[in-house]
Amino acid sequence: MEKFATVDADGLRARVEQLLAEHDPAGDRLAFLQARFDAGLAWVHYPPGLGGLGAPRELQSVVDDALAAAGAPDNDPRRIGIGLGMAAPTILVHGTDEQRRRWLRPLWTGEEVWCQLFSEPGAGSDLAALGTRAVREQDSWIVNGQKVWTSMAHEARWAILVTRTDPSVPKHAGMTYFACDMTAPGVEVRPLRQITGEAEFNEVFLTDVRIPDEYRLGDVGNGWRVAQTTLMNERVAIGGGAAPRESGTIAAVCRTWRERPELRTPAGHAELMRLWVEAEALRLTGLRLRQQLAVGAPGPEGSAAKLSYARLNQAVSGFELDLLGDEALRYDDWSTGTWATKRPAAVDFLARSPGYRYLRAKGNSIEGGTSEILRNIIAERVLGLPGEPRVDKDVPWKDLPK
Amino acid sequence: MNLLYSDVEEQLRASVRDLLAARAPLSGAVARAESDRPYEPALWTALARELGVAGLAVPESAGGHGGSWREVAVVAEELGRAVAATPFLGSTVLATAAATAVPSARELVGALAAGTSTAVLVVPLSTPPGSAFPGQVSFDGTHATGQVRSAADAAAADLLLVPAAGPAGPVLLSVEAGAARCEPVTSLDLTRPLSNVHLDAAAGSVVAEGDGAVRALEAALLAGAVVLASEQVGLAEHGLDSTVAYLKERYQFGRQIGSFQALKHRCADLWANLAQARAVARYAAACLADGTADGAADAPVAAALAQAYCSPLAVTAAEECIQLHGGIGFTWEHPAHLYLKRAKADSIAFGGAARHHARLGELVGLPA
Repeated sequence: MEKFATVDADGLRARVEQLLAEHDPAGDRLAFLQARFDAGLAWVHYPPGLGGLGAPRELQSVVDDALAAAGAPDNDPRRIGIGLGMAAPTILVHGTDEQRRRWLRPLWTGEEVWCQLFSEPGAGSDLAALGTRAVREQDSWIVNGQKVWTSMAHEARWAILVTRTDPSVPKHAGMTYFACDMTAPGVEVRPLRQITGEAEFNEVFLTDVRIPDEYRLGDVGNGWRVAQTTLMNERVAIGGGAAPRESGTIAAVCRTWRERPELRTPAGHAELMRLWVEAEALRLTGLRLRQQLAVGAPGPEGSAAKLSYARLNQAVSGFELDLLGDEALRYDDWSTGTWATKRPAAVDFLARSPGYRYLRAKGNSIEGGTSEILRNIIAERVLGLPGEPRVDKDVPWKDLPK
Repeated sequence: MNLLYSDVEEQLRASVRDLLAARAPLSGAVARAESDRPYEPALWTALARELGVAGLAVPESAGGHGGSWREVAVVAEELGRAVAATPFLGSTVLATAAATAVPSARELVGALAAGTSTAVLVVPLSTPPGSAFPGQVSFDGTHATGQVRSAADAAAADLLLVPAAGPAGPVLLSVEAGAARCEPVTSLDLTRPLSNVHLDAAAGSVVAEGDGAVRALEAALLAGAVVLASEQVGLAEHGLDSTVAYLKERYQFGRQIGSFQALKHRCADLWANLAQARAVARYAAACLADGTADGAADAPVAAALAQAYCSPLAVTAAEECIQLHGGIGFTWEHPAHLYLKRAKADSIAFGGAARHHARLGELVGLPA
C-alpha cells in the first residue's frame, strides 16, 4: 500500500524511517542494501521499481545522511564507482526493461562489479578509432580485440564494451555497444603494471568471446551515441564537502617545511608559496563550483579544475622531492615480480611516499581525459573556438591510417 | 562563504557596464588616455552619484547605500574590463576604507559616500598591506611637510588623506587638495595617473591618531589589495574575451586562426586560470565584507592570496592578448596596450606577488 503521496525531503525521511523499522541496519549487509533498493531509496532520481522514486536528484543527500546517521551499511561506491557512474546511467537510458531489471539491482548493491572496456592501445583520446571487432553470428556476436586501462576488471562480473561492427563506414557510424560477461570464455584479464610499480589497471584480451544479442545496448551501429551517455556521466558526481585549506599533496609539503627547517632555502620558499597559492586557488574554485551546483547552475569550471589539479599535483609532488633532497632518492615499495604486484582499488596519495606521489601524479594529466583533450574541449565548447579540420570524418574506418 | 554573484550584484554589474558603454566606450579609450584630462569628471560624477557606487560599502546610517565590499568588487571588475579612468580605487576604496575605520569621521564618510567629495589616500601605490606606518610626511600639530611619491588618483581629489608622523606618533591627516601640490608624473599606466604629492607646511587636521591611524591605514591597504584583485579579474576577462573574438575573425593559412591548437590551448589555460582567479577574488571580497564575522579574521590571508594569484594572471592575460592579436596588438591604435599597462602597474600596486608570498608565509606559518 502506498502510504506516502510525495517524494519531497520529508517524504523521503519517512520512507527511510520505515525502511529502518522493517530492516535491521546492523543485520545482514546485503539484505539491507537489497531492501533499500526495493524501497526506492538507492538512487532516488531513478524510476520506481529500479531503485528510485523519480525524486529530484539533489534529495539523495537526505536519504544518505539519514541512513548514515542510523549506522546503515553503504554500498561501497568506491569499489563500484564505474558501475554507478557509467554503466548504470547508460543502462537506464539505452537498456530494455529486461536489461534494466537484470543489471541495475545487483550493480547498486555491489553484488556485481562493473568495469569499462573502452580504451584500446591504438584508441585512447581518439576513442572512436577503436578496432575491437564484433561479428554477428545468428543470435550472438563474436568479439575479438584488446582493451586497456581497465580499472577493476579483475573483480568485475560485467563490463560495458564498445566494439566495431562495421569497418566499411566512417568510424563514428560503425560502432555497437554491449554488456560483456567477464566470466565468458575468451575473456582474459592481465594486470597492467604502471610507473609506480603497482597494477591499478588491467589489459583485457578478448578472443572469440561470444556475446548474446540480448546483451546489446542500443541499436547496431549506434554505439558511439550510447558511449556518449556513458562518458557524459563520467564526471557528473562531485562528491563530498569542501576540503579544508592545505588538503591533498600540498599538506605533506607544508608539514615537511614546518617540521624540517634545515631543508629551507629562499628559492624553496618562493616555490612553496607559489604552489600554496595555486592549491588554495584550486580549493576555492572547487568550493565555488559546489555552490554553483547547489543552486542548480553548474558551470563548466569542472573541466578547468581537472586541468588545474593535474598541473598542481605534478608540480607539488615534484617540488616535494626537490625539497627532501637525499631522502627523495628512496622509494617506499616496488613489490617486484608479478606475483607480488599490488592491486590497489583506490589511490591514496597521502598514505604513500613522496616518490609514489611524484610518479602517480604523472597519471593525473592522462587519466579521465588528457590535459590536451581537455584544453580542446574548453577551447571549442566553452570559448566557442573553431574545431581543428577533420581528416577522418567521412573516411571509412578501414581506410584510416593506423 | 558565498563565492557566487547575487542577483543584486548582477544588476549592479549591468548598470555599470551600460554606463561605461555609453560614456566611456572602449573605441575611445586610447584617445581619452592621451588627452589632457585622463579623468572625465562627468563620468565619475555619474558613477559616484547617479549609480551611487561611491557609497556602496558605506552603511545607510552613515549616508551610504548599505551594500558591502562584495558589490564594490563587482564594480571594480567592470571598471577593469573597460579599463576606465576613474578615481574609484583612490576614493571609493582606499579613502573610504580608511575613513570608515575611524568612528569620528562620520562627516567625511558621508561626503565620500554621497560623491560630493573625492578623496585620496596619499601613499605610494606600491605600499603593501602590513607595511610599517609611513614617515615621509611630518606633522607639527597644525601643518604637514614632506613628499610622497607615486600616489594614485591624487589629481582627481579635492581632499587628501595623509599618513604622517605627528608629535605623539602616527596621525592620519586631512589636507585640502589646494593646500598641497600634486605634481603629475609620467605613469606607465595611462589610465591611472600617479602624482608626487608635495606638502610644504600645508594646513592639515587630524582624522585619526595613534593606533586609530594605524588601523585606518591598514584597513585602506587591505581593501585596496582585495578590490584590486577583482579589477584584475575584469582586466583578464577582457583580455581573454577580446582574444577569443579576434581568433574567430582572423584568417591565415585559409583557416580561422582560432582553429589552431597552439592558440586554442593558450586560451583554454587562460580560461582555467581565470576561473580560479574569480573564486579567489570573490573569496577575498567576501572576507572583507564579513566585517567582524568569521571571514574577517582570514581577510589578510585572503587579500595576500588574491593579489598573489590575480596580479600575475591579469598580466599574463594582457600579454597573451597582445601576442595572439599579432601585429595589430602591438600598435598604439588598438586598446590592448592600455590593458597591459594597467595590468602590469596593478601587479606592482599594493606590493607585488613576491611580497604577498612572503606575507602569506608569515600569516599561515610557513616561514622563509
